[in-house]
Amino acid sequence: MIFGRLTWDAFPWHEPVVVATFIGVVIGGVALVAALTYFGLWGYLWKEWFTSVDHKKIGIMYMVLGLVMFLRGFSDAIMMRIQQAWAFNGSEGYLNAHHYDQVFTAHGVIMIFFVAMPFITGLMNYIVPLQIGARDVSFPFLNNFSFWMTTGGAVLVMISLFVGEFAQTGWLAYPPLSGIAYSPATGVDYYIWALQVAGVGTTLSGINLIATIVKMRAPGMSLMKMPVFTWTSLCANVLIVASFPILTATLVLLSLDRYAGTAFFTNDFGGNPMMYVNLIWIWGHPEVYILILPLFGVFSEVTSTFSGKRLFGYTSMVYATCTIMVLSYLVWLHHFFTMGSGASVNSFFGITTMIISIPTGAKLFNWLFTMYRGRIRFELPMMWTVAFMLTFTIGGMTGVLLAVPPADFVLHNSLFLIAHFHNVIIGGVLFGLFAAINYWWPKAFGFRLNQFWGHVSFWCWNIGFWLAFGPLYVLGLMGVTRRMRVFDDPSLQIWFVIAGIGAAIIAVGIGAMLVQFAVSIWKRDELKVEGDPWDGRTLEWATSSPPPEYNFAFTPVVYDTDTWADMKKNNYQRPLTGYQAIHMPSSTGAGVILAALATLCGFALIWYIWWLAGLSFIGLVAVAIGHSFNYKRDFYIPADVVTRTEEERTRILAAGV
Amino acid sequence: MSSATATMEPRAYHLPEEPHLHEGHSTNLGFWMYLMSDCLIFAILFATYAVLGGSYAGGPGPKDLFDLPLIALNTAMLLFSSITYGFAMLAMEKNRVSATQGWLFVTLLFGGAFLCIELYEFSHLIHEGAGPQRSAFLSSFFTLVGTHGLHVTFGSIWLVTLMVQVAKKGLIPANKRRLMCLSMFWHFLDVIWIGVFTFVYLMGVLR
Repeated sequence: MIFGRLTWDAFPWHEPVVVATFIGVVIGGVALVAALTYFGLWGYLWKEWFTSVDHKKIGIMYMVLGLVMFLRGFSDAIMMRIQQAWAFNGSEGYLNAHHYDQVFTAHGVIMIFFVAMPFITGLMNYIVPLQIGARDVSFPFLNNFSFWMTTGGAVLVMISLFVGEFAQTGWLAYPPLSGIAYSPATGVDYYIWALQVAGVGTTLSGINLIATIVKMRAPGMSLMKMPVFTWTSLCANVLIVASFPILTATLVLLSLDRYAGTAFFTNDFGGNPMMYVNLIWIWGHPEVYILILPLFGVFSEVTSTFSGKRLFGYTSMVYATCTIMVLSYLVWLHHFFTMGSGASVNSFFGITTMIISIPTGAKLFNWLFTMYRGRIRFELPMMWTVAFMLTFTIGGMTGVLLAVPPADFVLHNSLFLIAHFHNVIIGGVLFGLFAAINYWWPKAFGFRLNQFWGHVSFWCWNIGFWLAFGPLYVLGLMGVTRRMRVFDDPSLQIWFVIAGIGAAIIAVGIGAMLVQFAVSIWKRDELKVEGDPWDGRTLEWATSSPPPEYNFAFTPVVYDTDTWADMKKNNYQRPLTGYQAIHMPSSTGAGVILAALATLCGFALIWYIWWLAGLSFIGLVAVAIGHSFNYKRDFYIPADVVTRTEEERTRILAAGV
Repeated sequence: MSSATATMEPRAYHLPEEPHLHEGHSTNLGFWMYLMSDCLIFAILFATYAVLGGSYAGGPGPKDLFDLPLIALNTAMLLFSSITYGFAMLAMEKNRVSATQGWLFVTLLFGGAFLCIELYEFSHLIHEGAGPQRSAFLSSFFTLVGTHGLHVTFGSIWLVTLMVQVAKKGLIPANKRRLMCLSMFWHFLDVIWIGVFTFVYLMGVLR
């Protein structure tokens, strides 16, 4: 068989919704390709972006990937809300079980792996080297490769929409349901290979950023003088390196069960499905802290900048972050208190879970004390930060409720749980990302984001969030479980209708954000800013906006936590002469090619096209070896180019004053 | 303190000369972190073996299957390969290209012998009806030992690649750095194997 199990029947011809979406995607895709070809942008994209090893460009590409996948993940959410508001009084709604189960699985997988992860990785990529005064990351080629591996995983998930199907197992694919006996089709295989391909990228980018932070800080920047965002990024990346291999190993075991007929998680031959649940959550709980920790850093930077004060309790912030990092490994069992591990084990994990709220609470008080007696400017990043504090605190408290094992026995797998984790992920991660985007957009592009549409987005999100998830708390307390497609009790319908309205308001908020981007790009000349539009405090604001390729003309020397604030206080004068050539890494296409081969290999494995899997894997190894024969990986930006760039900035600065 | 120094003399916010990070400044640290992440994968496989190692599903157990003299021979092959890799590194330190290449080749032979013996053991077990599908114990046994074997295989491919690169470019700093990374990788696999030998084979026979 040349195409393995890939036949014409694998394409969902009989599903009008999918076919219509497919036609839409094809038209959009063809239009995009045509436009890029017409304007002759392929060469530009390939040379300046796809093969670039510049951490800033890679960061922006991660953000674009996150945004595109966010729209996909959100359309899944809207589909679920409509189905659940509809399927009452004997109605089946509009999604059959086969389809609905894929939708909720894809929603979870996409939002965590291909929205939240690219967003935070992109953010760390862009900001961390600037904050520590470095020119790039430790391993620039690996950085490019990591990005394309993440993209490859996302591509596999997107292909599953039109070729075959996605998993119907929920976002963590528990066996035995995800085993070959109960999920014989391609869905779980798409899940496995998408996560494996993306997981390689995530692990490598974690190693890369740790090495960058440890090895490449500007002279004078001791660990306790690092900006808080860099600290939280460091802890998040330690968690990545110490937890993603667990996911990799666990998924390898699951794929062996599916492909090789082993008996790890089967019901027979001595397998143990609960072992999978334990293993996946040993990765899964640190994962949620990987997502939130960098955003805690964002809130710290934003609060301190917009209160015009040094952060209150810097040291306690650092220790709180480290404590959370360690504790996140000691709580995984609270995801399944109902496993039956007994009172003492459950108490242990219940107590460790509650203990995490102590360092987190300390952080909240630090932010509040930073604001206390500060001159607070309610710009958009600060508004998102305040919204976060209010929303996240409530989400945290429902989390402590769920940490009580007897309460959890009642609330396990109920909509209360769904409301809780959306409360912390939207209220924490997403609001933090919006704060970060509004805060650092001027740094990345040299112009501010439009305020009006930012406000529209802000209020729609805040109101929409509570309308969408408040009812889920209520329903959860009434005992409604998650992942239901139809309902028998008509009295519940009103709550689902309210939740649906909330989701619609969030949709308006997302639309307003897209309009905000469009309007800001359109009116970018009016919104133009220089290096430091917010009166910032950390090193990234010392350079121009957008920063030159080499970030800093001279490597800065650091004396204080808030380096840039310290420089401004001491009447720092930007040097105008004496520029030297700057040593930089060169671009390479190897990352794109390797990731494309890995994605192809994943696709072949999903469809049992063994010859293609073998061939693409051999190709992967060959290209990797071939790339290692390239010893010339750097170049110098000549001094006169640096001089020209910096003199241009001098002119702009002079004109501005 | 900061304001006091500021009033005394203006702070220099730039170094007069551009500090030069030497090439490969982060490689050692990065590679150590990679090794530790790989170590976690093995930790999970060991943990899985610890949980499932007694689930024979009515099939054969370690006592029926493991041939300790053969495994001892296998262990010897891997340990010798580590020693010879060490000799290669000593030769590298003295910039002796042909000695380095020679010891690397000997290492490759020992690694190859290890892999051959392992493949023989696996095929023998499968032939006896004790394949990875037979029971959860055998699934976890084959996965743990096989993953180690795969690592040795890729290490061998890497070793050949480096021998070609040393032949082409000599012992330049980049190649020395690469040999050092492979050295850590190779010894790391040794350490993992000692765990496998102890916990899987020796304690398995005691079980």
